[in-house]
Amino acid sequence: MKYVYQATIIFAFTLLGELLHVLLPLPIPAAIYGLVLLFLALQLSIVKLEQVNAVSKFLIAAMGLLFVAPAVNIVEIWKDIAPVLLPIGVVLVVSTVLVFAVSGLVTQWMLKRGGKDNG
Amino acid sequence: MAELFTSASLFAIVLTLGAYEFGIWLQKKLKSPICNPILIAVILVIAAISLLKIPAQDYRAGCETFSWLLTPATVCLAVPLYEQVKVLKKNLPAILVGVLAGTLVSLGCVAILCRVFAMEDAMLASLLPKSITTAMGIAISEQLGGVPAVTTAVIIITGILGNICGSSLCALLKIRDPIAQGVAFGTASHVVGTSRASEISELTGAVSSLSLVVAGILTAILCPVLYSVL
Repeated sequence: MKYVYQATIIFAFTLLGELLHVLLPLPIPAAIYGLVLLFLALQLSIVKLEQVNAVSKFLIAAMGLLFVAPAVNIVEIWKDIAPVLLPIGVVLVVSTVLVFAVSGLVTQWMLKRGGKDNG
Repeated sequence: MAELFTSASLFAIVLTLGAYEFGIWLQKKLKSPICNPILIAVILVIAAISLLKIPAQDYRAGCETFSWLLTPATVCLAVPLYEQVKVLKKNLPAILVGVLAGTLVSLGCVAILCRVFAMEDAMLASLLPKSITTAMGIAISEQLGGVPAVTTAVIIITGILGNICGSSLCALLKIRDPIAQGVAFGTASHVVGTSRASEISELTGAVSSLSLVVAGILTAILCPVLYSVL
């Protein structure tokens, strides 16, 4: 029953996130509210790690699977994007690679710089 | 008989899980990053529903029985975040600067390229939030007058791109620090990239989770500002 217990806590935080999403007029999705709330609860020891750990690790590992169905949606909007497929493809590939490179390299540079200051 | 394939969600579930499982098997067998389980599963599912003439809408409706798990799964990213909180706190400035730099590049790059290709405003609005998590991206896209369905598609393609190319990019650009890798995955390719980052190490996954949250919030703030200037 350990898993049912853990799932109940996780779904309860998700529900709280949904509630905040409805109540607050911000463009922040329920998942982010829930994430922040669960993090705070763990930090403040309201929820213990072992009360959510196993089911959390399972859901995180299964996350890729959950994107399959929404991705299949591409079939439905194919008509809309087919005429601009090439430019969209270029935008997606170029920007994703650039963002990945810049964010990674800037962080690494900041870490190295910080390391030098400390030592 | 036909109802078994269209109205029952079991068929959609078995098809999705089976295709994904096959993707994992193929990735292990060929050891190529292109054989990404999500990508393989999407291709197999599209092929299967086209052959069986099942409308994509019906397939998606069938998957609704487990698609909702994406929200609690994202909530669960709080757990690795909590486990790695000491390392995260210690390196917070570097992480935040990295995410900010990445987010600015994302918005700037999309805006410039969309102008270069003379795309419509609605397309620009749909593409701007492409690097952040779906629920947030759709909200921003709608707010700016974009097409939510296009935003969903480009967000997922971006995620799969980051998921597939991430490790090779890290090797190519000599991004070796697990914290820097996590920032790159989370900022460039949100939750889908984070699922790959979590496979690399717990720390990489935790940094990636934090980065996707920060990138999402920054994008939500910066997108409307940038869009009004353009």
